[in-house]
Amino acid sequence: MNHLIEAFEVLLDPDAWSGPGGFGARMIEHLWYTALALLISAAIALPVGLIVGHTGRWRALAVISSGMVRALPTLGVITLAALFVGIGLTAPMISFVVLAVPSILAGAYAGVESVSPATKDAAKAQGMSGWQVLLRVEIPLGLPLIIGGLRNATLQVVATATLAAYVGAGGLGRQLFLGLRTQDYPLMLAASIAVILLAIILDALFELSQRLLRRRMGLV
Amino acid sequence: MKRISAATAGLALLTLSACGGGDPLETDDNGEDASPAGENGALVVGSQQYYSNTIIAEIYAQVLEQEGYEIQREYEIGQREVYIPELEAGAIDVFPEYTGNLLDYFDPDNESGEADAVHADLGEALPEGLQALDYAEATDQDSYVVTEEFAQEHDLSTVADLAEVDEDLSIAANAEFETRPYGIEGLAETYGVELDLVPVEDSGGPLTLGALLDGEVEVANIYSADPAIEDNDLIILEDTESLVLPQNVVPIVSESVDDAARDAINEVQAVLDQQELLDINSHSQSTQDSPADVAQWWLEDQGMLD
Repeated sequence: MNHLIEAFEVLLDPDAWSGPGGFGARMIEHLWYTALALLISAAIALPVGLIVGHTGRWRALAVISSGMVRALPTLGVITLAALFVGIGLTAPMISFVVLAVPSILAGAYAGVESVSPATKDAAKAQGMSGWQVLLRVEIPLGLPLIIGGLRNATLQVVATATLAAYVGAGGLGRQLFLGLRTQDYPLMLAASIAVILLAIILDALFELSQRLLRRRMGLV
Repeated sequence: MKRISAATAGLALLTLSACGGGDPLETDDNGEDASPAGENGALVVGSQQYYSNTIIAEIYAQVLEQEGYEIQREYEIGQREVYIPELEAGAIDVFPEYTGNLLDYFDPDNESGEADAVHADLGEALPEGLQALDYAEATDQDSYVVTEEFAQEHDLSTVADLAEVDEDLSIAANAEFETRPYGIEGLAETYGVELDLVPVEDSGGPLTLGALLDGEVEVANIYSADPAIEDNDLIILEDTESLVLPQNVVPIVSESVDDAARDAINEVQAVLDQQELLDINSHSQSTQDSPADVAQWWLEDQGMLD
């Protein structure tokens, strides 16, 4: 219990937040890594997921391969990647993308598939092309699930981004590993709490956007 | 309400005392072995969760077996916080250790420097019932390592020489290098050497080595008994001011270890120099043999096994 109190004391100390190695700078790095990983993952997984959902082709392949990728241990992926590309941000970024792609992919195809066949048929009967059905019907109606996939991925990446510090990059993992290695458990706990706070804030933002979206779409 | 809490407290006490009284090693023995060793004459040899340490432990074990002692092996026990109490309780009799780290464990405020002083201070710091035998010449300690090419280019042989290098230098090491006395601050204070820390958390393993060989860092913190140093022609910069506490291999023994057994272990200590330890580790890594096989290979090589 004492460690927890001391951890909050660390977090409430302004000195711990300032400077290039402080909690403030590390938190921004952490958020930046998360955002970058999500951007790259979305650029890969969204188009693929939407096409899979729209055409219904390669669905089994998408399901199986993303399931398999999910089983990869992130630390192993980072270490393996770093042996090839060296230390720095590249190796953790690869592993974060590997971590985030399955959730986004699943959200995308499940979102498109969730639109009722009757609605799709009606859109086609009105003379819409395949692209128009996807862009004007399937994506807007599937948006809650698509965003749900992004939300899952965000949560996973923000919680895992501490591992960037394992191979020489920054983020809140720096404080976490320093605490771990020097048996400074309050510091380690403080870094964990900071990560948890980031995760909660990001998740709340997604929750809010999903609610607004549902309200706007008249689903509530 | 009061009654319930009293009962709970009683129960908690019972559980606690059950935990405190039970010796995890002994319960283990009872499970596998009808006659718990360590009590009827067998010597218990332990080791850290570190391949090189386990091989050294196995070397002691095989030497003692040759002398006719019955040996029970309790290897890979992980942290000092776990096995030191077992040593103090007499559940382990022989344990290979490293002088500096063990001295730090018992006396965190020590100000020892040289190998001899550290060993002498350790002898005094050890709790009653435990003794340090002779220390070996071999060390397994943090060391500041550069590539041969970099050393030649800047004419480096000691850590102090780094201060003369006219570029921004960075070092790959574990995160704790930030705060340890031999880390960034110690280097600046003692040698006037300013280094940027690039934290790589594999304790001088392949990632740290890779960063050094790729030129992402100029200096790396790699343990002095790591065969990678020789395999890659790396240069260990001499720590002239003893910033890093010496970590000579030293056996810690309990009172159940008699003089003949101590002499047998000390004979091993006498030949275990840095090159031998490097050979042992290198052999282990290249062949992936079990600690028992590596220990036997080395002892036969030394002519110490009949």
